[in-house]
Amino acid sequence: MQSFTGVGVSPGRIIGSVRQMPKPISEPPAGERLDPATTPEVATVELKAAAKVVQAELQRRADVASGASKSVLEATALMATDPMLIKAAVKLVTTGTSAERAIWESGASVAEMLHNLGGYMAERATDVLDVRARIVAELRGVTAPGIPDGDVPFILVAEDLAPADTATLDPKKVLALVTSGGGPQSHTAIIARALGLPAIVAAVGVESLTDGTEVYVDGAAGTLQVDPGDEQHTLVAAWEHIAASLSVFDGTGTTSDGHLVPLLANVGGAADAVKAAAAGAEGVGLLRTEFCFLERDTEPTIDEQVVAYKGVFDAFPGKKVVVRTLDAGADKPLPFLTDSTEPNPSLGVRGYRTDLTSPGVLKRQLTAIATAAQASSAVVWVMAPMIATVDEAADFAAMCRVAGLKTPGVMVEIPSAALRTASILTEAEFVSLGTNDLTQYTMAADRQLGTLAALNSPWQPAVLQLIELTVAGSIAEGHSKPVGVCGEAAADPVLAVVLVGLGVTTLSMTARSMSAVGAVLKSVTLERAQELAQLAVSARNSDEARTRVRAELPILEELGL
Amino acid sequence: MSERKATIASRVGLHARPASIFAAAVGELPIEVTIALESDPAEDAMDASSILSLMSLGAANGDIVVLRAEGDGADEALESLVKILETDLDAE
Repeated sequence: MQSFTGVGVSPGRIIGSVRQMPKPISEPPAGERLDPATTPEVATVELKAAAKVVQAELQRRADVASGASKSVLEATALMATDPMLIKAAVKLVTTGTSAERAIWESGASVAEMLHNLGGYMAERATDVLDVRARIVAELRGVTAPGIPDGDVPFILVAEDLAPADTATLDPKKVLALVTSGGGPQSHTAIIARALGLPAIVAAVGVESLTDGTEVYVDGAAGTLQVDPGDEQHTLVAAWEHIAASLSVFDGTGTTSDGHLVPLLANVGGAADAVKAAAAGAEGVGLLRTEFCFLERDTEPTIDEQVVAYKGVFDAFPGKKVVVRTLDAGADKPLPFLTDSTEPNPSLGVRGYRTDLTSPGVLKRQLTAIATAAQASSAVVWVMAPMIATVDEAADFAAMCRVAGLKTPGVMVEIPSAALRTASILTEAEFVSLGTNDLTQYTMAADRQLGTLAALNSPWQPAVLQLIELTVAGSIAEGHSKPVGVCGEAAADPVLAVVLVGLGVTTLSMTARSMSAVGAVLKSVTLERAQELAQLAVSARNSDEARTRVRAELPILEELGL
Repeated sequence: MSERKATIASRVGLHARPASIFAAAVGELPIEVTIALESDPAEDAMDASSILSLMSLGAANGDIVVLRAEGDGADEALESLVKILETDLDAE
């Protein structure tokens, strides 16, 4: 039986048939001429017809979409038959260039023009390139790029998924995600956990699987097997049974000896918050405010923000809600805040740093948060992303207090902040570890790169040691100020035990992970968690750390995690 | 040649959704319509049915643009297009 192994990033076992993500459309060779069997007139008609087909398909998608993505799709549909794009291409066809090459070049110059306009227009350049690829695919008679559409649910196999792909991913159609690239903290992994889909990343060789092949996917073990047999069917049936019992979290995060570790939810808006509250979340540990405003090309007004935040607060009356101020930049650009031409965006003006280049946006956001907090009964805490120094923490805390927000905190994502936690906590009331970025910055490894997946694991002993230092900083400061974790690490039930053992006081995760994390946490005492944490910190590398701890937790086998 | 001026009412200016609505409306007309900023010369006018042209025009809220068209029904057509531009399409 043929099998593939990668990194399991979201548990679950399933059998289904493979659909490959269509290959990106290759560039028609420069100087490609019209086929001698055709004429420029015929090629022009074909080009215009292909553009119309693409427009109709995008318009069809727009019709079933809603909100911001609907208007983006409507604009993209119009681009397909846009006179500016088509006229330039037709001109090239008239001089003997092939239709594919003509639309390719015409699209490139339009995209460049938009890019040079900057800001919102630069963002739209990607849409023109997408339209161009779709028209070339139509001319060639091959599948259009993007997630396949179909009536039968399938296991999606791809090289990696971009944020734009994951936004159009329909969880009713996709059973599991398997990628040959990507790391444990890539978008594929994050979206899979949020949707509760089994997922494997960095599974080298899966791109050779043909469409329709029946495979078995184990998202905990990270394995994929072709032509599954009785054994795999039994495993799937067992998982369905476990999943039913794992889907319920009883609402109290605790170790077996009663050490309470509140399990909080990461949410992007009111709809998420309502679902998280229903799933038993003890509060919100991370409200990603930028998710309320992605695809916005202008700053939301204070009133709009108050409505968005209050919607989240109202889902958690009397409970804690930690609001993270706008975290724009790097993989989450916002046209009104970030400069898309930075050579090194993850080390650039992002997170709290956008206050340097766009002063006023943060101040207005804090006003909106304070207004929404006053109108609700949630216990509202606020934190800034990408804090590197004590001075930044002090400035942010001062801004919060001016706005009337009494519990300012900061995120620990940059190693310097982990090292300086004791001083930072003399200014702030709490810290929250963002383990995705903390790992990326500690290991100097891009989150999106599959080749660096091993470096990019929160199991890296160096990362665990920085978490340990952060907790030690809080103890040294003297007031036992809270140290939470709101990165993907908290959603891994095994790592969650280690984090609790290291002294982390709350865990915030995608709501779907709370039941598994809660179940495993309940199987250990605090002392045992502390021992397991030391086993991990003293390991030689991330694999050894993970293997050591897994071996000591028999409940994992029982739960199929 | 008919000519009408309009003040952009959308808060975000003439791009995104407002541009889509306007370009689609022009595309349905039987005549060709051009658009230019009031400050630009007439020979720089662009095809008003092209969303890409509208986006590159960069007309912001409060900017005045000039619409031009020729042929039968040009006056009525421009009148209806002015109405679209002078409505805050983003608010709907």
